[in-house]
Amino acid sequence: MEWVDVLRLFDSTLRLATPLLLACLAGLFSERAGIFDIGLEGKMLAAAFASAAVAAWAAAPALENPFPGEISGLGLGWTAALLGVLAGLAASMLLSLLHGLASITLRGNQLISGVAINFLAAGLTVLIAQDLFSRGGQTPQLTGGARFTEITLPLAETLRGIPFIGPLYADVLSGHVIFIYIALLAVPVSWWILFRTRFGLRLRAVGENPGAVDTAGISVTRQRYAAVLICGVLCGLAGAYLSMGTSAAGFGRDMTAGRGFIALAALIFAKWRPWSALGACLLFGLLQAISGYYPKIDLGIFVIPSDFMEALPYILTVVILAGFVGKATPPKAGGVPYVKER
Amino acid sequence: MNTLPKWIDIVLIPFLTLFLAFFVSGLVVVAIGENPIRAMQIMINGALGSDYGIGYTLFYTTNFIFTGLAVAIAFHAALFNIGGEGQAALGGVGVAIVALSLDGTHWLITFPLAILSAFVFGALWALIPAFLQARRGSHIVITTIMFNYIAAKLLGYLLNGPLKKPAWQAPETRRFEDGAQIPFMKDIGEWVGLEITRTPLNISFFVALICCYLVWLLIWRSRFGYELRAFGHSENAAVYAGISPFRITMITMILSGGLAGMMALNTVMGEQQKLVLDHVQGAGFVGIAVALMGRSHPIGVLLAAVLFGILYQGGTELAFEMDISRDMIITIQALVILFMGALENLVRYPVENTYMRMLRGSG
Repeated sequence: MEWVDVLRLFDSTLRLATPLLLACLAGLFSERAGIFDIGLEGKMLAAAFASAAVAAWAAAPALENPFPGEISGLGLGWTAALLGVLAGLAASMLLSLLHGLASITLRGNQLISGVAINFLAAGLTVLIAQDLFSRGGQTPQLTGGARFTEITLPLAETLRGIPFIGPLYADVLSGHVIFIYIALLAVPVSWWILFRTRFGLRLRAVGENPGAVDTAGISVTRQRYAAVLICGVLCGLAGAYLSMGTSAAGFGRDMTAGRGFIALAALIFAKWRPWSALGACLLFGLLQAISGYYPKIDLGIFVIPSDFMEALPYILTVVILAGFVGKATPPKAGGVPYVKER
Repeated sequence: MNTLPKWIDIVLIPFLTLFLAFFVSGLVVVAIGENPIRAMQIMINGALGSDYGIGYTLFYTTNFIFTGLAVAIAFHAALFNIGGEGQAALGGVGVAIVALSLDGTHWLITFPLAILSAFVFGALWALIPAFLQARRGSHIVITTIMFNYIAAKLLGYLLNGPLKKPAWQAPETRRFEDGAQIPFMKDIGEWVGLEITRTPLNISFFVALICCYLVWLLIWRSRFGYELRAFGHSENAAVYAGISPFRITMITMILSGGLAGMMALNTVMGEQQKLVLDHVQGAGFVGIAVALMGRSHPIGVLLAAVLFGILYQGGTELAFEMDISRDMIITIQALVILFMGALENLVRYPVENTYMRMLRGSG
């Protein structure tokens, strides 16, 4: 394997890890507050659709008399992309509120609510896409102002000459869309919020012992809703990245393809910790990148099939869950609705 | 709060909740600019208006009975098996292995062995998550989800490798020979002199009905069923009564996975007559909705499976007749799961309050 190949592999690792990381941190906030969320997948999917649909509409030129099937939009420039992201966030947060309503206010089953949200997103996105655009459940291809351009980090060209670090900076870290940097930045920010602020302390406390938080006169309900909404924002970013920031440039049926569950796996793998989440997501991203570039790995004695590489994140998660490699202990009050004594 | 009379608890609240789910589904249809009443007419007509439609409806029903029972039996032990999809996929491998190796014989030999094999393969796929939950404390919801993905990849590997039809493009096995062709309803109709249009509906339907009865027998008429329900209600109490959580978890998941695996009889032996990649087609997940809607009771599961059979077959017709894609069915399925499983208190709280007020008013 050449050095160039390694750089290329790392570059796509970072791209593939980004949606996982955003969704993983989303799950981190929710589950640390005691709300299990297996609906990450659905929220990402809804956000991917909403952002692509709104961006496509906002960027399309305004037409006097559109043909049937033609969309008359707003004809915006780069603000179209921004509107798209906002729509994605809104869609994801709406589903978060639904999950909050079911699991916090109505004390329903959080797992079932998550399952329902996944299906709801899978069904509604395609249904609405078909109704709006009549393209077999896809949005139109995003072009121009509806897309995010890649950012070249400062001094990328100057530093390229430095051995080892230079190419890593210029070819791997530089030259991505903004979402990737937001995701990387979200790791220390999440750590800081959760472990260095009063808000974070309370958030973790409602996930471990809501009764104690309640006794201290702090509303468990409000704290949990806040966590669930943050989860919605991060899932929204993950979804918007998928449809607007990747080469897909548009929404397609079931485009999240299980990433929400890999993110959940990463969350457990990381034992509900932000920095470990970064590590886990990069590892899972690397696995995906490897199986993308090298479908069959020939070890001389036998060939590792690509299916095995693709299954590896799930297998690893099961191994971790089984407690053979360190023990993953979820937040104590996770999944249990809080009932204030009356 | 068990102060409500039984009829409110098991009839009124579920029906109000279900009504709400369908009402919201209707609103979705309105939102995409179609007429929900007409949509419903087309669906019911498409699903029940001809023996062709009924055949397909009951074919889907068969799938959903198996997966619904699988989820339901686990629910009774307070286990949430989301892995029906993967267990059914593996059940398909079990069916295919038997069918491919014995299809030179007769279906009377192949079919019972295929039932056994489907059960064993599905059960084995559920056994690992069960063991990890019982012995290592891993959450069964997460492990069964992971096992769905692993199953999909495993199936992909098998169908591109060992089980693949030689010199063939598509990832599938060869077609089963005559010895693994189970009777279709059309054939069964001919035995008794009935003329029925050919549909994929086959003898597995009766196997599914027998399973309904057996599950009922097991849960409410056997010692194990009693232990299972006791464990589901309160693990601590069950342990105190000398019930082993390990044993209950393992046996329940073996039965659950086995039932999910048996779904493959219907799709692999009945419909396709070969093993294809996506033979489950989400039926494992529909099982969740069916079990929730059927309140985990075999009769409820049967009725809910028929309803979802109608939805699936009617949904296919809907896609032909109106500009509503089959994704509407997934949406309805999601709303049923949401309202029946997670938002039930949306109905329960007001009903409880009203009932209490009426009690106070009359007393």
